[in-house]
Amino acid sequence: MWFYDKKLEYPVKIKNCNPKMAKYIITQYGGPDGELAASLRYLSQRFSMPTNEAKAILNDIGTEELAHLEIVGSMVHQLTKGVPAHVLEKEGLGAYYSDHDHAVYPMSAAGNPFTAAYIQSKGDPIADLHEDLAAEQKARATYENLINLADDPDVIDPLRFLREREVVHFQRFGEALRIVQEKLSQKKFYIQKPKREDEAEKK
Amino acid sequence: MKGGFIMNEKRDKLLKELMAADFTVIELNLYLDTHPYEQNVIALRNNMVQRAKMLREQFEREYGPLTSQFGYSGCPWQWIESPWPWERQ
Repeated sequence: MWFYDKKLEYPVKIKNCNPKMAKYIITQYGGPDGELAASLRYLSQRFSMPTNEAKAILNDIGTEELAHLEIVGSMVHQLTKGVPAHVLEKEGLGAYYSDHDHAVYPMSAAGNPFTAAYIQSKGDPIADLHEDLAAEQKARATYENLINLADDPDVIDPLRFLREREVVHFQRFGEALRIVQEKLSQKKFYIQKPKREDEAEKK
Repeated sequence: MKGGFIMNEKRDKLLKELMAADFTVIELNLYLDTHPYEQNVIALRNNMVQRAKMLREQFEREYGPLTSQFGYSGCPWQWIESPWPWERQ
């Protein structure tokens, strides 16, 4: 289970609204390589992991991704708070405003609503951990694209933090993959129960 | 209001210290998940947990609860007080 801690993992304090930037950043909330997908992916895959290290890393990174979801949601909220409808419309958020007003809704930058089709949970730990390694790299690349699009240090700073976390998670998943591969390639020994004496005599 | 601004600044500074300590624990925990035998890292992590605990107690004493699950609440119910973490302050 989880407890809520009434603080962010990393501070978000954006002084100036920028609806256009919010429209791009929201992709890390509910887009294909976003934090919601990451969290659901790891927290679902953990049930079928074969080693304690792999169970722990998926559980704990899946939990951290929920904190990242909150950071990204906070950024979108602060970038759009109080911006009038006609400004949102001019900055490309007219369609968004029609359906969601100033709410935060999980979707991609292009407007596709979140879908579980973004993730896989295969039951094969090698396949799942390789997906996780790729997911971290895709998220890192997305954060780099977002940093390229941003010009406000208040926005760039948390994006840089989130990008760095993808790099660390990639490293940890690589270690978990190695541990799982070692376990799966170990020689298996089967111990047979010795036959009882009376059973042996019958022969 | 200048007094409010200074109070906010103090709250911010303490919260940032706690966030840094808690983040260090998160980071070391992940490292230990795949390096469970590294005794010196476990010691570092245990020390940081102590520091985070101290900072959390100090923060909650001065500015109210960070969790609704542990600890005592005065009346009225303090948990619902602003600021919430996503709010621009």
